[in-house]
Amino acid sequence: MVDIGLGHYLTLGAIIFSIGIAGIFLNRKNIIVVLMSVELILLAVNINLVSFSIFLNDLAGQVFTLFILTVAAAEAAIGLAIIVVYYRNTSNIDVEEIQTLKG
Amino acid sequence: MLAHSFFFYIFSFIAIFSAIMVTVSKNTVHSVFFLILDFISISCLFIMIGAEFLGMIMLIVYVGAVAVLFLFVVMMLNVAQQKKQWFSSIGSSKHIPIGVLISVIIFFELIIVIGGWKFKPNVSSSLMLSPNIGISNTHSIGNVLYTDYIHLFQLSGMILLVAMIGAIVLTFRKRLGLKKQNYFSQISRERSDSVELKDVPTNKGVDLDG
Repeated sequence: MVDIGLGHYLTLGAIIFSIGIAGIFLNRKNIIVVLMSVELILLAVNINLVSFSIFLNDLAGQVFTLFILTVAAAEAAIGLAIIVVYYRNTSNIDVEEIQTLKG
Repeated sequence: MLAHSFFFYIFSFIAIFSAIMVTVSKNTVHSVFFLILDFISISCLFIMIGAEFLGMIMLIVYVGAVAVLFLFVVMMLNVAQQKKQWFSSIGSSKHIPIGVLISVIIFFELIIVIGGWKFKPNVSSSLMLSPNIGISNTHSIGNVLYTDYIHLFQLSGMILLVAMIGAIVLTFRKRLGLKKQNYFSQISRERSDSVELKDVPTNKGVDLDG
């Protein structure tokens, strides 16, 4: 319990990853919360990469975390722009109501 | 070591609690705030573990840019207050067991992988990019980021540029009936275009149509 190792950080990453997956599945009202769950999943991946990088003394993990950060920022910007355009057309962003693609 | 584990448990419990609150919160603004709390506690963990550059970058990028972007969009779209909670919504009752089941399965798969994972004790000495002792974390990341990863670094800059252009193009719209200044036609306006001198005879008036 007292000695914090790699397994503790990986378990934290796994818990946050599962919460993000559950958030994508459970939320049926607001698509912005789905985007936030995707951010949580990317955060869990970042935790894994950084903890491996620290405990194995390899800097490549931290460099990759920087790139994941870049992609997450770009994804949030594009996703929110798409949501704004969709809201402008239909004035509602409920997940249940989005049925244009008949998915 | 005791303080390290103490703060690890504090920050990780805050992170897990706020991650749960992000998904189940009724008000979207509250879930954005819990997302910010989650990012802050995870960046505290990063700083504690020794990756201080990434912790600070996470604070700047996520809390300063991404979460504020979410907040702007939530407030602009006027969808902050959900009418129904997610678990009392119509037709969502069949999604809840499947979602919980899938996330629990993924969690146990990850736990099995973590529990059965071992690495050779001499693996870190055989890696190329081991950080030097005596220089800071930021310095060592800069050493590899601008030499070995320079092409990937510039590609990530291109990704950001494409995302910026894409967001602008998506949300740009021409508004009809909007009064704007047209500088060229304003400057190139001549006196003869707008003013006409007329001789007004006494007691006759002016014929405007002619």
